[in-house]
Amino acid sequence: MPTHEAETLTSSAETLDDGVRRAEPFVWLSAAAVVTAVLLLAGLVVLLAGNSLRFFWPQPVVFLNASSVGQAGLLGVVLRRETPRDSIQEQLLVLRGGQEFFSSPVEWISAQDIQSEERPRHAVTIERVDRGRLYGFLDALDVRGERISLAALPPEEALRLFLAALERSTSMSADQLRYRLRLSTGQIVERPVASVSSLHFANAMSWSEKAIYFLQAIGRFLTESPRQSNVEGGVLTAIVGTVMLVLLMTIVVAPLGVTAAIYLNEYARGGPVTRLVRIAVNNLAGVPSIVYGVFGLGFFVYAIGGSLDSVFFADRLPAPTLGTPGLLWASLTMALLTLPVVIVSTEEGLVRVPRTLREGSLALGATRAETVWRVVLPSALPAVLTGLILAIARATGEVAPLILVGVAKYAPGLPISAEFPYVHFDRQFMHLGFYIYDLGFQSPQLETVEGLVFATALLLVGIVLMLNLSAVILRGRLREAFSVEEGFR
Amino acid sequence: MSQYSINVRALKRAPNRDAESSACLRVENLNLRYLRSQSDALHNISLAIPRKRVTAFIGPSGCGKSSLLRCFNRMNDLIEDCRISGQVYLESEDIYGPRVDVAALRRRVGMVFQNPNPFPKSVYENVAFGLRIQGINKKRVLDEEIEKALRAAALWDEVKDRMGSNALTLSGGQQQRLVIARAIAVQPEVLLLDEPASSLDPISTLRIEELIYELKTRYSIVIVTHNMQQAARVSDMTAFMNLGRLVEFGETDTLFTNPKESQTEDYITGRYG
Repeated sequence: MPTHEAETLTSSAETLDDGVRRAEPFVWLSAAAVVTAVLLLAGLVVLLAGNSLRFFWPQPVVFLNASSVGQAGLLGVVLRRETPRDSIQEQLLVLRGGQEFFSSPVEWISAQDIQSEERPRHAVTIERVDRGRLYGFLDALDVRGERISLAALPPEEALRLFLAALERSTSMSADQLRYRLRLSTGQIVERPVASVSSLHFANAMSWSEKAIYFLQAIGRFLTESPRQSNVEGGVLTAIVGTVMLVLLMTIVVAPLGVTAAIYLNEYARGGPVTRLVRIAVNNLAGVPSIVYGVFGLGFFVYAIGGSLDSVFFADRLPAPTLGTPGLLWASLTMALLTLPVVIVSTEEGLVRVPRTLREGSLALGATRAETVWRVVLPSALPAVLTGLILAIARATGEVAPLILVGVAKYAPGLPISAEFPYVHFDRQFMHLGFYIYDLGFQSPQLETVEGLVFATALLLVGIVLMLNLSAVILRGRLREAFSVEEGFR
Repeated sequence: MSQYSINVRALKRAPNRDAESSACLRVENLNLRYLRSQSDALHNISLAIPRKRVTAFIGPSGCGKSSLLRCFNRMNDLIEDCRISGQVYLESEDIYGPRVDVAALRRRVGMVFQNPNPFPKSVYENVAFGLRIQGINKKRVLDEEIEKALRAAALWDEVKDRMGSNALTLSGGQQQRLVIARAIAVQPEVLLLDEPASSLDPISTLRIEELIYELKTRYSIVIVTHNMQQAARVSDMTAFMNLGRLVEFGETDTLFTNPKESQTEDYITGRYG
């Protein structure tokens, strides 16, 4: 037989088949799958980041002289340049702001109509508390009837004066402190200074000034509440709503899921009933989330909330107190939705705890409960955390069931407040995911809010990524602390 | 290896005859069956484990010696398809009686397993575990008891400066002595050792054997071992088991030098499998 062995090992005639076998095609296949997944994720993040960072970065204000818009020209920010499929002419989408003066805050212009394009240094962008942006040229400030002309001043000087006026605006009535702005049409408008939230001369800004503005814009995005039916301001309300929802959900799902997993793995006998329960739990993870929403509405909101109303708040009926969508019911619905994830991953962790550890504890006179609490659960903690984080990540991004059980397009108040009872379980709340859906797909003027939608999406993806990352790090630390595999065995 | 064994033999010869010789554990007509297998794992076992002596169970793999050992602290309760009949008495109390607190029984009958199984906690917390279970949480008491147990397990000098470090960073032999310290910290009456040295190197094995010798002044010890030399070195009494039956049980010296049964002789002379 040695001759035969020598023959197969040193075969000189290499066929294509041999080559493929040696190259291990499955390695390439699996590597390709990984690369595809990574590229898709990276592409998503880059797309979101690019679009939302552009939204915060001050864009140049252009003055377009175009035959189609008449003599006066058009002042605004070019949002997009594209060539429609049925035309060879490039089209420009310009945001001109001032929705009360123009028929639409955005305007399409054909590139061939443009006679000149310039970036005037003294063009100002005014962001107002309400009614969107204004683009124009500062003319003057009226302080108690006295007029200070700004038209001839350099942008830096005009900005300094205006900001000083803005600071004083809180102590004066709106009529006493007004500003005059010349629009691109030549029309001069007069408005109270107090209605301005911020202003900048985008074309006169240095790179560092733009960077500061960029950071401030991000700060405003994160810390301000939405205004003007969500198209202005920040997303603070939605962030708080999302966090509160996830927090309450975690408080409910963690003990419930972990104890259920403990029962299934530590106490239940491995009979057909246990197996059936386990299969049912696994299948629950695959139920469409909107079904949970419908269940939450029917069971939590109408059945439980409704009957609580008829017992405790009968005097207020028919106006519902608890029998209406709100934070509590949404949290419970999400807890139900994420329960299978927590149970399954906790059970996986429990299974991996070696039997010898349990026996060691029991042999020392510990009861089963003491063994679970002091030995098994600490060792399974990394898996429990993994399950919880997966649940949190899922709940953060879930929208469909929330539409039915408590999310609001616009919630005037936060679900938390400084006065009793601090957390308002019955209130409706805003949610980042729903905010994206509502703003991006239900808004009449998508062009003006596109940046906001991208920024919110980036924020949401960032939150989920951060949660997952923190879980990985935390789990790594715990594995070190509770490693059972390590050591001399 | 030989010089160590001579050493242990010398130790062993210093007899412990003054210890009370009555039985601490008594087994009567014990049968054990795993429902999935056809035959009994233990068949009609009756024997008495003497107090404050070392009793060794020897026999080929699968003869039921570990199953028998696990009957003494009801560890077999954890195996769902295990059925036991007959009686086991701990100081004249039937441990399979109707109102027995199994946790309390296991506090009185400690056990050390084949592979070291320290908890993934600090050295200190490992030894403190059994005490904390009993509600002892005063640091002063714990410190004292832990030091006592670690000294008794001949581990104190090696770990006194690293009480806070994870027990899994200790060597295998140290881990096994830690597990013994953990078991004796709760002051059991009987100590069951299930092949305590089978996963250890010769030097660690020797230390465990020396430890067993020292511990028998305070505890009744039952040890299961594959290693006949080990049984001869450390035990006062030896039980030879085969195929779920107790073949012979007697003084170690007699059993090894002058076995009554031919099966025993075959096994200890190596003619068996």
